[in-house]
Amino acid sequence: MTDLLASVLFATIIAATPIALAGLGELVTEKSGMLNLGAEGLMAVGAIAAFVGAFTFGSEWLGVLFGMAAGVALSMVFAFLTLQLLANQVATGLALAIFGTGFAAFAGKAYESQVLTPVAPWVIPWLSDLPILGKALFSHQPIVYISWLIFLAVAWILARSRIGLVLKAVGESPHNAHAVGLPVRRIRLLAIAFGGAMAGLGGAFLSVFYTPFWTEHMVAGRGWIALALVVFATWRPLRLFFGAHLFGGILVVQLFVQSSSLQIEIPSQLLTAMPYLVTIVVLVFISGNAKLIRLNSPASLGLPFRTD
Amino acid sequence: MIRLERRPAASSVWSWASPLLAVILTSISGLIIFALLGKDPVEGFRVFFLNPVSSFWAVMELLLKATPLALCAIGLAVGFRAGVWNIGAEGQFIFGAIFATGIALFMGDLPGVSLIAMIVAGILGGMAWAAIPAFLRSRFNANEILVSLMLVYVAQLFVSWLVFGPWKDPMGFNFPQTVMFDAESLLPTLIEGQRLNLAFVFMLGLLILAHIFMNHSRLGFAMRTSGQAPLAGLYAGYSNRQAIYVGMLAGGAGAGLAGMAEVAGPMGQLTDKMALGYGFAAIIVAFVGRLNALGIFLASLVMALFYVGGEQAQQYLNLPSAMSRVFQGMLLFYLLATDVLVTYRIVMRSATTPQPSSPR
Repeated sequence: MTDLLASVLFATIIAATPIALAGLGELVTEKSGMLNLGAEGLMAVGAIAAFVGAFTFGSEWLGVLFGMAAGVALSMVFAFLTLQLLANQVATGLALAIFGTGFAAFAGKAYESQVLTPVAPWVIPWLSDLPILGKALFSHQPIVYISWLIFLAVAWILARSRIGLVLKAVGESPHNAHAVGLPVRRIRLLAIAFGGAMAGLGGAFLSVFYTPFWTEHMVAGRGWIALALVVFATWRPLRLFFGAHLFGGILVVQLFVQSSSLQIEIPSQLLTAMPYLVTIVVLVFISGNAKLIRLNSPASLGLPFRTD
Repeated sequence: MIRLERRPAASSVWSWASPLLAVILTSISGLIIFALLGKDPVEGFRVFFLNPVSSFWAVMELLLKATPLALCAIGLAVGFRAGVWNIGAEGQFIFGAIFATGIALFMGDLPGVSLIAMIVAGILGGMAWAAIPAFLRSRFNANEILVSLMLVYVAQLFVSWLVFGPWKDPMGFNFPQTVMFDAESLLPTLIEGQRLNLAFVFMLGLLILAHIFMNHSRLGFAMRTSGQAPLAGLYAGYSNRQAIYVGMLAGGAGAGLAGMAEVAGPMGQLTDKMALGYGFAAIIVAFVGRLNALGIFLASLVMALFYVGGEQAQQYLNLPSAMSRVFQGMLLFYLLATDVLVTYRIVMRSATTPQPSSPR
């Protein structure tokens, strides 16, 4: 039983990591007041760029770099359209999602039958020897630990540092922030770039570390789920981390049930649909509390900012 | 330095010219992409943009493709105008197809009646699937973008369950598809020997209907006001809930009818891969078409050209068909960029010129 629990936890962490990363990027973007709905597209281009990089140069780290760079590059299109040309953020985000998934499918066609050598996990000495949970927590691929560090860093920066304060000021009240001399556009640009980098990293994790191969539908709505998680987490990093693992758990449990020999008469499609259905249920529960959302969402979220 | 200066009023010239410019820029970018991929751009242009309009048959096929796009887009436009973001047309399309298929499979032998029942069922199927995000939005304030999108995945899985399971053609060599429909359950074609069918006429009718609704009805006016100036709409007492439901269900109805027309038209059966992204492409069609009926009709032709062109490029230039999705995305990017010219004027000035500032 403990073996089963440990392996479910192990798989949950892996499944949660890409969603958590993309969600964290979006959280920071939204904290600055920008609503980028393109996470699905950012993850897709991150995944294909990382795969091509890792496949061509034989290095998973170059792959990661490529994935993040691709995420940043595409997010800059969003930044240019929304910050410079004041385009509608919802429409621009949708364009990003459509273009990103389409571009990834297009660019990835030639790589569809290729497989990367699996990356060896970093088994952390001492900690992985802990009873029961040691292996489940500390024998992961490097990106998993890196994502934990990023979460801690972002949580600390948002809550305790000047950078966090500036970011929140810009997101809550861009005009006041502008009035006290903060470069609102530049800060938002950086927040958008961070969102692109994290979504790209999440995509890179999927194609280079998780599977490791490329298929057109591999992102499978994770970018959209990440968006929902930001609302679920009421814009707080550690709650987002927790939420991502809740989702990872659902993903994993449905896979376990599908592959188990329990012979339960549940259509596999229903099980595969679980994460999407749960996302809806979660959104309903959290959004029903309008006060909670209003208190926590950045006040200028999705609104254009002009100084003239 | 380039500055944006707000126009006193939105430019009506640019509101028509900017989609046109976006299409031109997309085409030019396409040629550059062809060249970068080592294909002859002239040949690429011919295959992608001219082949789809090179013969009567090709034009009929183009109109056939444009039909579901325009059907989905006009319904979405009703919602978008009211600020209701239904982006799940793909799922509503699938449910329209499922409902219509249900009728075809179980009462397909009633001449005349069954086809009408299929049309009604298709519309209701799309509306039912759209009613879920509408209800959750109006009752629980759940974001309709995310809910309608999640329901796309659920719809895709549901149709996959149907055609792999209970509705699978027993004689179909295990392919995920239903039996072919009876001739009684197929939309009649308009011209002998062509695939273009009655759905094209429905599409034109719906465009006119939507035009009248959006521009000449009280409810249409109320929804437009709520979309453009939510506070004004609230002050005037226009119901937000009503706007959500009407906006969502309009999208569902159009998409459902499009799904029905697909299974009762060129497909002739239900399969798990019948949607082809029409519901997502329709979002772009709605924007490029400026959320009005005539614009959407023209934009659906352009988008259909990208679809057919993508197929042609796959066949003759050995390029992935996902090429057309790249074009679709680019088109929307360019539109959003050129749209700046509708409300702003681009001014070249030195950065130091003092500007009158107004609080905003």
